[in-house]
Amino acid sequence: MEKNLEEIFQSRIDREEKIEPKDWMPDDYRKTLIRQISQHAHSEIVGMLPEGNWITRAPTLKRKVGLMAKVQDEAGHGLYLYSAAETLGVDRDTLFEQLHSGKAKYSSIFNYPTVTWADIGAIGWLVDGAAIMNQVPLCRCSYGPYARAMVRVCKEESFHQRQGFEILLSLSQGSEEQKRMLQSAVDRWWWPSVMMFGPSDDDSPNSAKSMKWKIKRFSNDDLRQKFVDVCYEQAKVLNVTLPDPDIKWNEERGHYDFGLIDWEEFWQVIKGNGPCNKERLAARNKAWDEGAWVREAAMAHAAKRKERSNKKKVA
Amino acid sequence: MDTSFAYILHLADNALILGQRLSEWCGHGPILEQDMAMTNISLDLVGQSRSLFQLAGELEGKGRSEDDLAFMRVEIDYKNCLLAEQPNGDFAKTILRQFFYDAFSFHNYTALLQSSNEQVRAIAEKSLKEVTYHLKWSSEWVIRLVDGTEESLLRMKTALLELWTFTGELYTPVDYEIKAAESGLGVDFDKIKTLWLEEVNKVFDMAGIKVPVGGWMQKGGKKGIHTEHLGFLLADMQYLQRTYPGQKW
Ligand SMILES: [Fe+2]
Ligand SMILES: [Fe+2]
Repeated sequence: MEKNLEEIFQSRIDREEKIEPKDWMPDDYRKTLIRQISQHAHSEIVGMLPEGNWITRAPTLKRKVGLMAKVQDEAGHGLYLYSAAETLGVDRDTLFEQLHSGKAKYSSIFNYPTVTWADIGAIGWLVDGAAIMNQVPLCRCSYGPYARAMVRVCKEESFHQRQGFEILLSLSQGSEEQKRMLQSAVDRWWWPSVMMFGPSDDDSPNSAKSMKWKIKRFSNDDLRQKFVDVCYEQAKVLNVTLPDPDIKWNEERGHYDFGLIDWEEFWQVIKGNGPCNKERLAARNKAWDEGAWVREAAMAHAAKRKERSNKKKVA
Repeated sequence: MDTSFAYILHLADNALILGQRLSEWCGHGPILEQDMAMTNISLDLVGQSRSLFQLAGELEGKGRSEDDLAFMRVEIDYKNCLLAEQPNGDFAKTILRQFFYDAFSFHNYTALLQSSNEQVRAIAEKSLKEVTYHLKWSSEWVIRLVDGTEESLLRMKTALLELWTFTGELYTPVDYEIKAAESGLGVDFDKIKTLWLEEVNKVFDMAGIKVPVGGWMQKGGKKGIHTEHLGFLLADMQYLQRTYPGQKW
């Protein structure tokens, strides 16, 4: 029986049918999706912190408004994604609990600090840029609610990417100090962004399964290559140097070759040893713990209101 | 200083300083939806300040831009009410500060729909739509927190003790406001005072808390005499423009 269901399920996926919340699905499919969607949601929420760091110091009112709108979008992405995860039977508070206890992961990139204003541009250009490459294929993910959430998310991410690039472009046309700020940000954000695509395919045990289920459509290395190719051209427009002496065009492959990734750093940051892991978790926990009385008050008020209106009905 | 310039500048400063304060919550709110709501209000307020700064710059006629006015003035030039610059404190204090301001702002913009200046009427019309939503949001939260739990009530009472003293300034006009009222540019403060008190009474009544009677009221913000908090807020906000003057961003 189980076997049969699994075959039907797989043939639906092979026919590019969307799987919906009430449909039968293998446990492992459900678990894989919950893990991926919640990690994605957490990344949106934690990502608000490094960028929020510059809201009060944005250099102009126009930039302040642009940055606030962006960070608010990320909160919205978190909301859509938590809702998508909820369709798989896990509620938001449970997922928050996993984030706050350190059990759940989020994108490692947000464990790096935003040191200068140019970092805000670099995040938009590189981090949102890498996120788009990862996420556009997810708009065709086999799980319906996730795919639909990603359509909305991707539209906004490409706006973020353009906004980030535009911040950097202004700096590139500015003073020596601004150019220096720009180069420093690119130096610091380049490698972590290249790592955002995850380990090399040989070291990515879940990749094959996700491909079969059409949660994933392209390999980590293919997406990474595409990212490097696109960014190299854009870096020329910004007049910045990518901090990789080995980047060069490979005529034969039709792609840019690039240097070796420091996977030791990647795994250390995942393990909690990045420059800001502790701060990010502490900030999330603080917001959550200090907000407990607010959530309790809101619930108590709602309950009292309900009681009062019931009494009225009786009377 | 031209009084109409001072009057519009004061309105812009109110919106910017409160928007700046509120933006400090972004990413740190107690509930994701409310985090977004606060950022949304902050966005509206900074947006309002931009329109008002642009108008103020035009009225002054010295070619100062919105950013010149926001980033290149010092504490004693800022004309916002003291209420706007008060630190966020806990969520109760932020809510109550917002409610007091929204109640003023709603009636102020409503009155400004009749301003003699066409641009002011246009700004008032757009802002009123936004502020109507802000006032609904902050009123609902005042009611929720007062009615909620013992702790939330206690926190609201504490916030009230801290903030009440800054409310009088909202409806007590200074010279440029009196002149603006006379010229038809501004609003009649006797009416605003009555409307503000009615609004606060209405919501406090629904919530089940008493409006304090009397009490000494702080003032000075509108004339550039601020609390110690404003200097730090400006140091933070103006950092890049001060460090690298005259650059494009
Ligand atoms: Fe996002
Ligand atoms: Fe984004």
